[in-house]
Amino acid sequence: MNRGASMTKEITILSGKGGSGKTTVTGALAALEKNAVLVDADVDAPDLHLLLQPRIRRSTIFYGSKKAKTIPADCIHCGLCVGACRFDAIAPGEPPEICIIFCEGCGMCYRICPVEAIEFAEARTGEWYVSDTAYGPMVHARLDPAQGNSGKLVSLVREEGRKIAAANQAEFILTDGPPGIGCPVIASLAGTGFVLIVTEPTLAGEHDLRRLAELLALFKIPAGLCLNKWDLNPEMAARMEAAGRDLGMHAVGRIRFDLTTVEAQLQGRTVMDYPASPAAADIEALWKNVLNLLRKNDSGG
Amino acid sequence: MKVAFASGKGGTGKTTVAVNIANILQQTGVDVQLLDCDVEEPNAHLFLLPRIDGSIPATVRIPEVAEEHCTGCGVCAEFCQYNAITVFKNTVIVFPELCHGCGVCAEFCPERIITESDRAIGVIEGGAAGGIGFLQGRLNVGEVLAPPLIRQVKEKVPAAAVTLVDCPPGTSCPVIEAVRDMDLVVLVSEPTPFGFYDLTLMAATLKTLAIPSGVVVNRCDIGNDELYLFCRREGLPILAEIPHDRRIAECYSRGALITEALPEYRELFAGLWKQVLTLLPSRPDREGRE
Repeated sequence: MNRGASMTKEITILSGKGGSGKTTVTGALAALEKNAVLVDADVDAPDLHLLLQPRIRRSTIFYGSKKAKTIPADCIHCGLCVGACRFDAIAPGEPPEICIIFCEGCGMCYRICPVEAIEFAEARTGEWYVSDTAYGPMVHARLDPAQGNSGKLVSLVREEGRKIAAANQAEFILTDGPPGIGCPVIASLAGTGFVLIVTEPTLAGEHDLRRLAELLALFKIPAGLCLNKWDLNPEMAARMEAAGRDLGMHAVGRIRFDLTTVEAQLQGRTVMDYPASPAAADIEALWKNVLNLLRKNDSGG
Repeated sequence: MKVAFASGKGGTGKTTVAVNIANILQQTGVDVQLLDCDVEEPNAHLFLLPRIDGSIPATVRIPEVAEEHCTGCGVCAEFCQYNAITVFKNTVIVFPELCHGCGVCAEFCPERIITESDRAIGVIEGGAAGGIGFLQGRLNVGEVLAPPLIRQVKEKVPAAAVTLVDCPPGTSCPVIEAVRDMDLVVLVSEPTPFGFYDLTLMAATLKTLAIPSGVVVNRCDIGNDELYLFCRREGLPILAEIPHDRRIAECYSRGALITEALPEYRELFAGLWKQVLTLLPSRPDREGRE
């Protein structure tokens, strides 16, 4: 395979339903694949660093949006801003109080204020990092408490991951994605080459898988399906794999329920450090299947 | 009273706890309703099997430009903070999925030729599951903005003695919208490093919002004691501990209520609710005591 920069393939790990093992699998794949850049795109609740123990090389403040702020000395208490805000972010008062958490950064109040008593400036909403890990470079981030606009931050960490991958001629970018199907998930999809869905054999997992599959179809992104803890409900696992096939996804792996994954977390390691464990064996097989599938897709087969 | 179930990390048992509490309360005759505000992946209905009586679209307002009168001045594009509208000569292009519906473009168009129309982003469905009032939001697949839908689900809520809100995972916009104006947030977590770390993020968010909270420790016998030490340090009360029990996982997997399939756990959920009540600011009209 050509290992040139343009051949870097981004694999995004998603699930629909949260807590189904995305990060456990991403961490293990990072340990298995020697030439990858690692991206944690779950900026809301990032956990990959807990397994990969990154040493931060560079940290940068993230300005996610502008925020409005009253200048009390200039305010004439007309209340125009209170009525104009569509996000209920301004509490009436003298002067009115703009809640920075609910401020959507639209600028309505700033522009409608007749006496220029509202400031409107870029505000810090988080931080992002470029780090080294034992398994390769990693880009990750953290939103400040109660801050939003995570989609923008997801795009930013992925963009940085692509730059590093190009510079390093990395073969893969492994992106640990967020749960759900909304803003941060959509931000983690644009331009990715392949989605690895890690989900669990539950009614909720199945329901969420269908919605995620619908989303991937809109974006025309190929996907593989991995059932984590499949032995908790083998019947459901088989049913979901069949549903996945109907939705155009290949079944690429099954991971047994294995408390070694918890032990690995406790030690701050990936499950591949426990080679005798069922989970490690299953994830190794999973990665082989994914590589085979990608090769087949690349050769148009 | 309004109580939300949140976690930070996904898959820790928010929905499990919320639906089982709802079930226990209805059986004791409490006027209870459940709002599923995990609008990206709503799952509570899988456990409660509600009868849906009505469905209305959830909408955001988007601009419509009377282009024949446009002078191409570009004020709308310049003022829009979301890059949802651009102007090229006298052609205005609106990107509806980027629009937050703030109304700035319409308000400040010098020619006053921008009006707003409603665009559906999802549906709000209401009904009942036995004695439990039920309301859920469902975001259309491909839509980006969950918070406006969550806001509208909460606006539609009828009065009830007890309103339970099932939140999405994460700690940012959608969760913040869901926990806004709650009397208490029940944080459902597990004592693993992932569960613990994400709990600290969610606890910081709730602190910023000044909403009181308590913690349910799910799968309490795996992991370590970091979560407990954190709760003690932060003064977060432990409301209940749910053991790691494969039968619970299997029960969840097929969409069954624990309080029905494994009656020995009823006491645990009843006790959890008792703890919740002790944390709520006392009110003369408080119901749902037992």
